[in-house]
Amino acid sequence: MTAVIDKPVRQPSRWAAPPRPTWEEEPGKVGLAGKGLVLTLACLAILFPLWIVLVTSLSSRKTIDQAGGLVMVPKGITFIAYKELLSGGQVTRAAVISILITVVGTAFSMAVSVLCAYGLSRIGSLGHRWILMMMLATMFFSAGLIPTYLLVQSLGLTDSYLALILPSALSVFNILVLRGFFMGISQELVDSARIDGAGDFRILWQIVMPLSRAVLAVITLFYAVGYWSAWFNASLYLNDQDMMPLQNVMIQLVQKQEAPVGLGQAIKTGELSGLAVQMAVMVMALLPVAVLSPFVQRHFKKGMLTGAVKG
Amino acid sequence: MSHSTVPRSRTEADTTGKTPVASGGATGTRQKRPGGKVSLRLRFRRDRVLLLMTLPAVLLILVFNYLPILGNIVAFEDYDPYVSDNGIVSMLHSPWVGLENFQQIFADSAFWSAVQNTLVLFFLQLILFFPIPILLALLINSVVRPRVRALSQAILYLPHFFSWVLVIAVFQQLLGGAGLFSQLLRQHGFDVMTDPNTFKFLITAQSVWKDAGWGIIVFLAALSSVSPDLYEAAAMDGAGRWRRMWHVTLPALRPVIALLLVLRVGDALTVGFEQILLQRDAVGPGAAEVLDTFVWWNGVRNQDFGYAAAAGLVKGVISLGLVLAANKVAHLMGEQGVYKK
Repeated sequence: MTAVIDKPVRQPSRWAAPPRPTWEEEPGKVGLAGKGLVLTLACLAILFPLWIVLVTSLSSRKTIDQAGGLVMVPKGITFIAYKELLSGGQVTRAAVISILITVVGTAFSMAVSVLCAYGLSRIGSLGHRWILMMMLATMFFSAGLIPTYLLVQSLGLTDSYLALILPSALSVFNILVLRGFFMGISQELVDSARIDGAGDFRILWQIVMPLSRAVLAVITLFYAVGYWSAWFNASLYLNDQDMMPLQNVMIQLVQKQEAPVGLGQAIKTGELSGLAVQMAVMVMALLPVAVLSPFVQRHFKKGMLTGAVKG
Repeated sequence: MSHSTVPRSRTEADTTGKTPVASGGATGTRQKRPGGKVSLRLRFRRDRVLLLMTLPAVLLILVFNYLPILGNIVAFEDYDPYVSDNGIVSMLHSPWVGLENFQQIFADSAFWSAVQNTLVLFFLQLILFFPIPILLALLINSVVRPRVRALSQAILYLPHFFSWVLVIAVFQQLLGGAGLFSQLLRQHGFDVMTDPNTFKFLITAQSVWKDAGWGIIVFLAALSSVSPDLYEAAAMDGAGRWRRMWHVTLPALRPVIALLLVLRVGDALTVGFEQILLQRDAVGPGAAEVLDTFVWWNGVRNQDFGYAAAAGLVKGVISLGLVLAANKVAHLMGEQGVYKK
């Protein structure tokens, strides 16, 4: 008797095209090449500028002068710009401030949003409809810049980091996305936990949240990017230059072409180019985002789709 | 999602969502609505934890989204910020001037210039920005290799997460000052970053660079929900590649396109506040002033709060009208719009 042995199937490379359905015609060579070209150009339009910024930030003054400004081909990589920027002084302080605001702000926003989303996820609970309407309505109007400014000032938040967190802490859209996801979680699971005596906080912490890792990752990224990128509220509510976060320092550096305070030794000796310093600050601002967002990418679609307003 | 054999209507979910055990027997006698109404007290007892959970968010939204609406009364005042350190006290003690601020605004040529810039930018972005994500999504959707797809998506999404400060810095470094093309262009006496004539195209180009990639996500989602059977059936009927796109793909995108168009029109007077504010000084208000920066300039910079608030209120009221009108149009076209009828 011969055993039927499955032939070892070679796992197709994920770079290769999966087989087409029989009814679909094979694509023409010209079409394929055209598509590839457009896609490549679109990606290069994004990557090439970032490449120049990165490489220039890693170049010495000599290389930059030789290239006549922007460096496209790396030659003799040096980390001197980063060393200077991170050895204390204005940019170091601004980076630390930005990181702290982002961490504290994101934690606060997530806590409030997750609680609210769970509180609204049970259809028919008392007042859930009213609260939801009240939140949705904010997507249609804005009180305006001046009244908000006067309010924050009246609350005594000027020159306080609370002004960078509280007024923009919540995004109704994010809360709705979380709520939509929570509502999709099997009700039987929640009910059985309840029968076992779990309260709402416990159900949220031990059942709902572990099942929602994907959407929690996406919303955390959204909030974190929001805090990391914010500069306007700081320019509005902070007067002390020493309190400014990284983005505001970058405005002074790149747009107003001012040299950062507390640095200059290497610039004076001629080793370091001011351009490399600017580029290095830009890299510092984009690096956390560029490193983190691809990890969360596969959840984007799911996260965005469940945002469809339910109930 | 549910393996329950009973189809879940809203009222059923309502009753099954709560078991008597959890609420300490308080709802044990609860009837299915609308059979018998549970008293408000019992409902409060049952849901008090849920209400407690929403409390922080509700407070934040009331304080920072609703409370400032009252602050719009400064638009009807000759607001004096120096009456008191506290804005609310100043608000109560400033003289009432009725509609004077509004009269001045409508007579102010700077205001009308801002209106014009805002509208031109809106139409420019609608024509040059709006179609790009649709085309990119169709392109990505036709790529079948999974890795190529994931990689190009990762790259195209990336700039969406950059701050405006960074995006403008990148443009500045490459195109302005010591930039890549500047030597070439400078000889013709032309700097892209500060030229008022081309500024609106620069703004649009920056928006495309930052957000066109991100825009494809909604369209990709709509495309992935199209049943492959439709394509197969169309192919069986002899439809080629392009006819399938015309008769299957595009109809699937239509509701999404309509929704985004409605949202965009409703938001027509908001055209990239942070982005433009960052470049306003370099280009000058003649070309760069839009409604939002007009409010900022008069209020925050010139401390003329009453005047600025009035301009902001005009913008806010017109925007609200636009959102509602855009929705109405969507409903008339048979599309869903932002909210249901």
